[in-house]
Amino acid sequence: MANVADAPKDTFRLSMLLYDTRYRSLTIQVFVFFLFMAGAAWLVDNTMRNLEALGKDFNFGFLWNRAGYDISQRLVEYTNDSTHGRAMLVGLLNTLLVALLGCIAATVIGVIVGVLRLSKNWLVGRLMTVYVEIFRNVPLLLWILLIYAVFTEATPAPNAFRPNPETGLADRSMFLDAIAVTNRYTAVPNSVFSRELGWLDLGLFYINIDVLAVLAAAVLGWWLNRMVKARATRIQNETGVRPATWWSSVLLLLGLPVAVLLALGFHLEFPELRGFNFVGGLNVSNSFMALWLALSLYTGAFIAEIVRAGILAISRGQSEAAFALGLRPGRTMSLVILPQALRVIIPPLISQYLNLTKNSSLAIAVGYLDLRGTLGGITLNQTGRELECVLLMMLIYLAISLVISAVMNVYNAAVKLKER
Amino acid sequence: MKKSVFLGTLTVAGLAAGLGSAATLDDVKARGELNCGVSTGLTGFSLPDANGNWTGFDVALCRAVAAAVLGDGTKVKFVPTTGQTRFTALASGEVDMLARNSTWTFSRDTDLKLDFVGVNYYDGQGFMVRKDLGVTSAKELDGATVCIQTGTTTELNLADWFKVNNLSYTPVAVETNAEGEQQYAAGACDAYTTDASGLAATRAAFADPENHVILPEIISKEPLGPAVRHGDNEWADVVGWTLNALIAAEEYGVTSTNMEELAANSPNPEIRRLLGVEGDLGPMIRLDKDWAKRAISVGGNYGEIFAATIGEATPIGLARGLNAQWTQGGLLYAPPFR
Ligand SMILES: N[C@@H](CCC(=O)N[C@@H](CS)C(=O)NCC(=O)O)C(=O)O
Repeated sequence: MANVADAPKDTFRLSMLLYDTRYRSLTIQVFVFFLFMAGAAWLVDNTMRNLEALGKDFNFGFLWNRAGYDISQRLVEYTNDSTHGRAMLVGLLNTLLVALLGCIAATVIGVIVGVLRLSKNWLVGRLMTVYVEIFRNVPLLLWILLIYAVFTEATPAPNAFRPNPETGLADRSMFLDAIAVTNRYTAVPNSVFSRELGWLDLGLFYINIDVLAVLAAAVLGWWLNRMVKARATRIQNETGVRPATWWSSVLLLLGLPVAVLLALGFHLEFPELRGFNFVGGLNVSNSFMALWLALSLYTGAFIAEIVRAGILAISRGQSEAAFALGLRPGRTMSLVILPQALRVIIPPLISQYLNLTKNSSLAIAVGYLDLRGTLGGITLNQTGRELECVLLMMLIYLAISLVISAVMNVYNAAVKLKER
Repeated sequence: MKKSVFLGTLTVAGLAAGLGSAATLDDVKARGELNCGVSTGLTGFSLPDANGNWTGFDVALCRAVAAAVLGDGTKVKFVPTTGQTRFTALASGEVDMLARNSTWTFSRDTDLKLDFVGVNYYDGQGFMVRKDLGVTSAKELDGATVCIQTGTTTELNLADWFKVNNLSYTPVAVETNAEGEQQYAAGACDAYTTDASGLAATRAAFADPENHVILPEIISKEPLGPAVRHGDNEWADVVGWTLNALIAAEEYGVTSTNMEELAANSPNPEIRRLLGVEGDLGPMIRLDKDWAKRAISVGGNYGEIFAATIGEATPIGLARGLNAQWTQGGLLYAPPFR
């Protein structure tokens, strides 16, 4: 007892901050923190002073002013009378569209190529290696420009589809009378409903109620199908005989949405050449096609490598065991290998999705008006609000990236090895 | 001082580097070189030749300013800027002045913190189409695909004009004139629209100029002129009065060839003041007496520059039109030199 009380008093001396290992790390952290704060303060102060010297203020009021320029691809209502804020929204949606479709296509390409690259077929394996190496090792910008150049230089102008007044024949004819690939856009049929249910006002934009109805039918069908299957499993567990569910699945998953489509008078509107351009259908611009294809092929090559690595990470014993159980190679892949490989695949896959999304800002090279093109391009330029636009743009990209990571992390948590 | 423009976030850093010096005149003198923002390439206005020497109507203005300030018209670093980057380049201090077919507008002069110091070409926006389209008026362009350079007044005028005339169109955004030319030539757009002078220059660069027509409609006013940063009045005076000197020289018949003789013998006091024989206008803008003489000696007076770069004898073939002297029914009017 007495010993404890007699323990030498721990007197604190200032030099201990530096020489005592118990305090040193704290000292260093505080020091670095102050340096960091001082640096940040200097940056902010410098910016403010310089803005003042230039006579510029810092405010976002311009977002409510009339934009005055037109955007050819817009997913929501927009005219040149709309505000800069609205133009930003149009750009943001264009970014999200190309990013989403790009991620989907890149994943499909990546999984197929990654699996095929391990194929025992020599030719297939080598072809996939060539694809991966070519796309991985040439800068993305060049791919975008190359694909864009192919689209604009190697395809005919819309005019070539016009019948010659004398012979009645055109230089080019549409594919299946429905699709025309031109040097401006690819004209494809548009889906329309002859029974309009109107539009749902969501404040920022409108949603077609017909589309909502079809989506609702699809979700309802999927949910009912799950109930039917659950019931079948229950019966199977009780009686050992599984009732046939395929016909109800077909009816629910396909029949229900199709019935709603038919009821709403769904049909396709085909593009036709009128005046200078194709009208009636949907004109998918070449800048979108080039950007989308290049992003998908480029990122697909990286994803292929990730998928291959994921598969190779699963020990041979697993597939041998599966073969021993009599599983065919295809089922071995889908039931045994891939589910385990996903654990290895998902984390690097997230970075690829983030890369693709951020790379989509290369859209500027082909004049695709994404967020960088509207907010960070024309709006920035016409209003001269460099700082505001760039900060806002960075914030938005950051937010998109964080959302993607969050969603993917949730998915990762779902597939990862459950350790107890 | 290190001066570089980083687009994006680094604009901030750029601003920091460019500022700290409101006195551009001193900077230019100290550096011994003028940084002049020009276009990325427009025949007749600013284009580097095979040897990398920049020539053209806008380039001549840069050279005249360099000659006035530094005594040597070759001491210019030409910085190519696109429609999108030009104002950032100026604001950040990467260039000392812009001579780049830039339209003098209210918001650029005020909100964008630039100062336009004069007009070196009175222009307006027009349309160019292929002859075989059979279009004779811009009003027939309903539904057409139109190529436009982004970051320009052009894209705003276009939107306004089509709206007022109740026509529809699909814009194809391009970054530079070269890209626009290529898209238009490939048929990716039915019409190309920009300043009429730019159209003439673009058409002149085609292999088959005769297959393209410039439509009669001029849909806007585009006073193109040199711009400097707002707030540096001394430098604005230097650039503005150099331009005025070129214009006044033409009005008084002072050319690069007769200049020396006129300086020696002309009884006209206005000419004598302009050429620095009488009075001391030069020191009033912190230059020497011969500043205007040197400016004129590089490429001649306004008329000589015009004729040599974009005039009727060149492939571009622009008539003087609005850009004639006020005495000839045009708009060029230099304030008095006194
Ligand atoms: N005057 C308009 C348009 C200026 C403009 O971009 N002009 C084109 C053609 S007239 C040009 O100089 N292009 C050269 C380049 O792309 O660098 C403006 O100031 O906004």
